[in-house]
Amino acid sequence: MPLDLAESLMAADGAEQEYLWTLNFGPQHPATHTTLRLILTLDGETVVKAVPDIGFLHSGFEKLGEDLNYNQYVTVVDRMNYISPLANEIAWHHAVEKLLGIELTPRCKYIRTILAELMRIHDHLLNVGAAALDLGAFTAFLYAFYQRELIYDICETASGQRFHPSYTRVGGLMYDVNETFVDKVRAFVKDFPKTYADVSRLLTRNRIFVDRMKDIGVLSKEDAINLSCTGPIARASGVVRDLRKDEPYLAYNDFDFKVICATSGDSYARFLVRMEEMLESIKIIRAAIENLPGGPVNVDAGGKVVLPDQVATYRSIESLIQHFEIIMPNRGFHPPREEVYGATESPNGELGFYVVSDGTERAYRARTRPPSFIHFAIFPYLIVGHQISDVVVVLGSLNIIAAELDR
Amino acid sequence: MTHETTLAVLRERLGADSFTTSEFRDNYRVIVPPARLYGVLECLKQHGGFDMLVDVTAVDYLYYPDARDRFGLIYALLNTATGERLYVKTHLNEPDLAIPSAFSLWKGADWMEREVFDMYGIVFERHPDLRRILMPEEFAAFPLRKDYPLRGRGERHNFPVLTRAEG
Repeated sequence: MPLDLAESLMAADGAEQEYLWTLNFGPQHPATHTTLRLILTLDGETVVKAVPDIGFLHSGFEKLGEDLNYNQYVTVVDRMNYISPLANEIAWHHAVEKLLGIELTPRCKYIRTILAELMRIHDHLLNVGAAALDLGAFTAFLYAFYQRELIYDICETASGQRFHPSYTRVGGLMYDVNETFVDKVRAFVKDFPKTYADVSRLLTRNRIFVDRMKDIGVLSKEDAINLSCTGPIARASGVVRDLRKDEPYLAYNDFDFKVICATSGDSYARFLVRMEEMLESIKIIRAAIENLPGGPVNVDAGGKVVLPDQVATYRSIESLIQHFEIIMPNRGFHPPREEVYGATESPNGELGFYVVSDGTERAYRARTRPPSFIHFAIFPYLIVGHQISDVVVVLGSLNIIAAELDR
Repeated sequence: MTHETTLAVLRERLGADSFTTSEFRDNYRVIVPPARLYGVLECLKQHGGFDMLVDVTAVDYLYYPDARDRFGLIYALLNTATGERLYVKTHLNEPDLAIPSAFSLWKGADWMEREVFDMYGIVFERHPDLRRILMPEEFAAFPLRKDYPLRGRGERHNFPVLTRAEG
């Protein structure tokens, strides 16, 4: 938006406000992590008003959702919250499988749960590491990022790609996992608590870190609910909502884990909630990987949504016909002509998809309910009265990912 | 409150013929005409306990087979105390694409309604700051409408070129 528009948004009692000045915290800035713009109205160093301006990364993902079929769109969904890509894929296919009424096999549920929790650790490590980096603690950042490299390695073992796996499919996964995957997950679960302890020792009781994060960006419980916050941000303000417990999906019913909440609602509480959630995720992964069920990973081929495997396609005429029906562009499977909303607990909050189907293999409308977009809207409420150096702290604690913000 | 209790509250306060309901998988929907939308949302917030607005979205049914109305506007609500969800849906047609904003009920509706305005052109009355959010300010069309092509109308190729003398 043009800068003169920001001036017209200043307080109505004009004469005394002449000493207020406008600072553009522009789209290209290393401390915002992503391309978003803030027009800050400052009184000296104190922020009086902040007007966000977004849309720099808008790529028309929702329009693409109307052009790609349910399995192809997973590649686009990957690129929304690119810090935890598999979480987005799991959310997308959760909504699509809800539309189609497909019940996954136990093995698929367990693998998706393990990957979803690994992605939760992945996202929280980035948030904690980046929060440390913004405040100058470079060592904690590097410790966190080494663990993320191990998770990328696990993604690569599962699907062949580190960053955007495009691993889930309607009714199952692209490939089944092998022994190397299980060994790598076990090794990660064994080594992660040491790094967690290191990062925690560096940051949690660090005088400088605590002083910079405590009582900064306080979000009250009523405001959190009224402003549609979900995930760690809402839980740090006292809203006890976690979709893994309230509306269980995948295999979360089989595991015993706590929902981490705090009451103070400041940036330090959000940091602590994310740190503790990583430990709960490790508990879930450890239980899941030891009890991984056997059996097929894709839903039975008779359900007509899953590609039959190669041997069946070449040997049996029914499988060949089904393969043809799914792959050929003007055919594909037939969902019911209905609309459905399905949501999962992504690391950032409630990530949901509102899928409208017209009976073809492409969605008629694929709306993403983006937690980053909704959380960035609360930023102006949180920053008023704080210093300009707190802008970076609050922005980091909200975990805004620009690709999900703009889509 | 269960879904039945919520519907009973709505019927008691607004009359049994003010809305229709439908259901699919675990989504319970309440369909209202546009004139009654704000009343239903207010009743659900004040008396139904739906304190969180989860999502505001719109669908353009232009090419949908057997569609009667052009636009559908959906408000997804959540009762944080009981975990109950409800989807309030209304249908809009051109040229009356104005609807009261839900900002006075839930402040989270601010940006979500701005995005619906930006992408579909549905105007929200009494919204504090209704302007485009994702597209540039001077963009002339509404991109997520079905009559707007996927590749755009050449906006990406026709940027004004400023020479050193002008800029």
